[in-house]
Formats: sequence, structure tokens, C-alpha cells
Amino acid sequence: MSEPIVQTPAAKAAYDARWQRVMDCVNLKQPDRMPTAMFCTFWLAKLGGVSHRQLMYDYDTAKQLGERALIELEPDVHNPLLLNVAAGPVLEALDYKQLIWPGHGVGDNQPYQYLDREYMKPEEYDEFIDDPTGFYLRKYLPRVFGAFEGFEEFPDLPGLHYFRLVGGMRAFGSPKMRAALKRVLEAAEEVDRFAAQHRAFTERMAALGFPTSHISTSVSPYDLVADYFRGATGTMKDLFRKKDKLLELLDKACGFLTRQTINWSKAAQHPIVFFPVHWAPDRFMSQQQFETFWWPSFRQLMINLIDAGIIPMPLWEADCSKRLETIRDIPPGKCIYWFERTDMVRAFEVLGDVVALRGNVSPSLMTTGRPEEVDAAVRHLADNVFHKGGKLILDCAFGLPDETPVENARAMYAAARKYAS
Amino acid sequence: MADSKDDMTDQEKQLMEWLADMNEDDAVALARKMLLEEGANPMRVLEICRNAMDVVGKRFERGEYFLPELVLAGEMLETVGAIAKPLIKQAPGEEPKKLAKVLIGTVHGDLHDIGKNIVTFMLDINGFEVKDIGIDVPVKTFLAEIQQFDPDVVGLSGFLTLAFDSMKETIEAIEGAGLREKIKIMIGGGQVDEAVRSYTRADAFGTNAIDAVTLCKNWMGAAA
Repeated sequence: MSEPIVQTPAAKAAYDARWQRVMDCVNLKQPDRMPTAMFCTFWLAKLGGVSHRQLMYDYDTAKQLGERALIELEPDVHNPLLLNVAAGPVLEALDYKQLIWPGHGVGDNQPYQYLDREYMKPEEYDEFIDDPTGFYLRKYLPRVFGAFEGFEEFPDLPGLHYFRLVGGMRAFGSPKMRAALKRVLEAAEEVDRFAAQHRAFTERMAALGFPTSHISTSVSPYDLVADYFRGATGTMKDLFRKKDKLLELLDKACGFLTRQTINWSKAAQHPIVFFPVHWAPDRFMSQQQFETFWWPSFRQLMINLIDAGIIPMPLWEADCSKRLETIRDIPPGKCIYWFERTDMVRAFEVLGDVVALRGNVSPSLMTTGRPEEVDAAVRHLADNVFHKGGKLILDCAFGLPDETPVENARAMYAAARKYAS
Repeated sequence: MADSKDDMTDQEKQLMEWLADMNEDDAVALARKMLLEEGANPMRVLEICRNAMDVVGKRFERGEYFLPELVLAGEMLETVGAIAKPLIKQAPGEEPKKLAKVLIGTVHGDLHDIGKNIVTFMLDINGFEVKDIGIDVPVKTFLAEIQQFDPDVVGLSGFLTLAFDSMKETIEAIEGAGLREKIKIMIGGGQVDEAVRSYTRADAFGTNAIDAVTLCKNWMGAAA
């Protein structure tokens, strides 16, 4: 079932039509019908009656269920399914500390969860800003990956030269460093297998006529700091205590995220880059804080990416209604804005001439409602956004919730086709 | 004690203002000076801190302050409290009467706590006695804590969609144990809405800390 196949002319036509629908939306042109997207992770376990743990550790099961979901629901585009679920072996090989996952901190039928912690201390801003790569090597990697414990001894490279450079290599011979390098090499082999499985699945799905919505994921500079370095509350305190340093790091991060996101997008050969947006919602910070700390570096990052031919696709989590006028300030026809709880009709009114929209059938409805209620919710979005000119890519609010009854998932995609044109 | 600004000295007014305005460095330095150099009554300083937190809470309710201010306010309160509390020699006077008892926790399977912590903070500064029993709280822990703490309100928090079922199970267990009659149950967090309230059979839901305070005040017959 997961072997490579040759794309038939019919599958190619289906692939091209699906992709064109999405690109028409991006380009603010009317597509032939309302496109649909699917983003799912552990819902595949529900579909197949397997445990979350099995999905995370068994590449073949994940691939089979991913294929079944696509054939059954027929979304126009889908997330890179394997990358988002079958990560158990690589997480284990790397001894990843920022997540707990089935068998590693949560039960076999629970999703993985991120551990919001302080992975960078407040006094380390200068060190990170001055030498981001050195900070990653000596501080960050050993903190977040057990496999990298020992990299604290990685030599401080800038300035090494001539015979000092030669002598500096002695650090790689220390027992801790040798042990770390061995573990990292083994982990890298698993990451390579993981990537190969992902590639094989994606190519097979493409041959069957199903394009991915994106391959690469990136992050806003503020969310990079808040989620992955200073922690959510640490960053909130930094807004007052380390304001200048935070702004300096956000500016720096915009630069290296631009470079890295362009490189990843090129390697993936996919123009759309996904940005889960965590700390922009109305209730998290004031408009003034948003316009000072959150938005400028993200806007600049999006502009840099757009200039490089990339289509940013931020998922604006929670309710971002008060941000709509601000986030409108980007070139038209270049982005997809995916909204979670923001009223889509209001988003269409403010942003309809600037961006394609994605979303947003409510997760509570998907998980606790009846199929006819799901149908009505899709119809509401089709009638009030797509058929009024909004370039809407229909999807759930933040992807298919893990607990969604299969009949509700079927109802959503069936309704999307029913009200699509 | 410091019930209104009129009762305060200029120095006390300054402390309250700096605390309420997020001027952490000056506020903590002044509190330290008052307590350690000038021999100010630690109970009085803590009372001023509480008054400042009232101002912070009101600004949050009015949409002038957001999560960062609440987080910093909590930190300032903790810092000043750490200086003041060791200096309290006499038995503390009678604590102000609390409006009601609220037991709060994140339901099992879910590890998120930022929203819960903010609700706890807001309920506390609004006069409720709050017991926070943490994250990933098993059903049986909720039952044991309800029996022991005897709350008027139970708050179930959860960010993930899996929390819907955890909330439902917890509420069913509370009903099954015969504890539902005397308590009100509110739910909140990430995806919670009326559909989830109906599914879990909670009494009410809230999407933010102000909702939680309003619900509790209304249930207890206090002015919201």
C-alpha cells in the first residue's frame, strides 16, 4: 500500500486542479470551487482504531492511515502527515526534552504535548544575540536533546586561527564530546529514515493526486523566543525587564529565520510555509505591545519571504479580531491567513482583498456536534465568505481535532463539496 | 488599614502607584527601603500591595492590562512578600473574610496552566479563597479535594480538545459521588464554548479570567 506508484493522467489532472484551486485563492482569483484543506495528526488513530503510540512509532501504520484519510475525505491539500505524527523513533533517538509523547510522559492514547519551560535564562540574551550558533551548540542543544549532552564542551570557534584553530579541535576528543557525537550520529541516521519515509509518503500521495498544503514550518520571531527559549511567562516578564534586549533579539531572529526559512522552503521545493502563531491573540497582549513586540519582526519576516517567492501561511490561533486591521498591512495576493476563533466573516470583511483565508469550523462542534450541525457550519462559511467573494480554503479551526467522530469529518468534507460552487 | 488612598502617606501612595504602573524596580526598591531601613509595618506594606493588585485587576478588566501585566504583578507581589513576611512578628490580624472558596485545576491529560494561573490570580485578588491543585489532575484527586476543601465553586481548566472528555468524566464523577448539589462548576480554556459546556454539563463556561470572576461573584451573590 505504501510502495511508490506512477502518476496516472487522471491523478495528475486531479493534482493540478487541487493545487490550482489553492493558488487561485492565494492570487485572489476565483477558483472553480471552494477548496478544502486537511491538517490532521492523531485523528488518524481514531480513523484506524490504533493507539496514538502506534501511530507515532509505526511508519507503515501512519502511512496507511494517512492514505486512507486522503482517499476517504478527498481534501484539496493536506499537511505533511508523517512529519506531524510518526516522530516517535526520532524523538527517542534524540532524547528530546521539550515534548512528552505516548510512552514518554503521556498515556498511549494521548497526543504529544509541549513543555513550556525556560530554555534560555534571562541573563543569556547577549550570549544568544552575539553568537546564535554558538549558543545553540553549547547551551540550547544540550538542554533540549539528551543526545547532545556533552556539547557544552564544543569549542568557541570565532577567533580561532592557525595553530590555535588546530589546537581548538582537541575539544572533540574529550570523552563527553565523543559520546555525544556517537549518539548524535545514531540519531541523525534515524532522522534520515524519518525524512525518507515522509518523502516516500508525500510522493505517493502526489502520484495519487493529493498535493500538500506546505512542507516547511517556520515561526514568528516573538513566538520563537516565547515558546522555545524564554518560555511564555519568562517572555512576558521580559517585556518589562529586558525590553531592549528582547527587541534586539527579535530583530536578529528575523534575519536568521528569513535565511533559514528560504533555505528550507527551497529544499522542500514547496512555496507555502506554515507558521503556527501562538502569542498574537487579542487577549494575550495589548495592541501597543503587539505593535511593538510581536508584529514588526513578523511582518518583516513575511515581507522578506514574499520577496523570495514564498507564500507565508500563518495560523492565527485563538481570537485575533482586534489585530485584523494591523495584519492587513502586507502586499495583496501573497499570503494565506488561517484563523482559529476569529470570526471568519469579519476577517473576510477586513482582509478579503489582501489574503486568502483558511478555516475555521469550530473544534467543539467537530468533536461534540452532529453531522448535520457540521454541515450547517460549513454552509454558513460557504454562503457568507466564499460565495461573497472571499478566497476561502475550508478547514477546521486548527486542523481536525483528534477526537472528531469519523462521521463528522466525513460530513465536513462532503458539505464543503456540496456548497463549493 | 489602607482602605483608600486618603488613608495613605505620600510614600505609601507612591509604592501603590509604582506597583500598579508596573514600575518594578522603583516599587521593589521602595518596599525594601520601607521594610528594611525605615521599619515600616510589614502588614501595612502587604495591604498596600493588595490594594495595588486591585488596581491591576481593574485595569485588566477594563482591557488596559493584559497577561504580561498580570504576570509581572504576581512577581512583584511575590518579591515584596518575600521581604515582608519574615518581618511579621505579631500574630497576623484577622484576614479579610473571603467571598467564597474556589477549587481549580487542569483536567487529566492536559498539562496547560497559563490560563488557570491567571484565573487563580484574578479570583484571589477579587476576594476568593482559591485552591489550585495543578495540572493533569485525575478525577479521583478532584473528588478528594472537593471533600476536603469543601469549595463553593469548582473550576475545570483545559486547553486541548481531549479536555472535553476529561471535563465530562470529572463532572460525571462529581455527580456520581453526590457532590454536585452543593457546588457550581465552571469550565474554561482554549477551545471551550457553549457546545462544550452543554457536552460536559458544567454550569457555565468562560473564555477568560474576567468571566471566571464574574461567574463566581454572580453565584455568590456578590456585586460583579
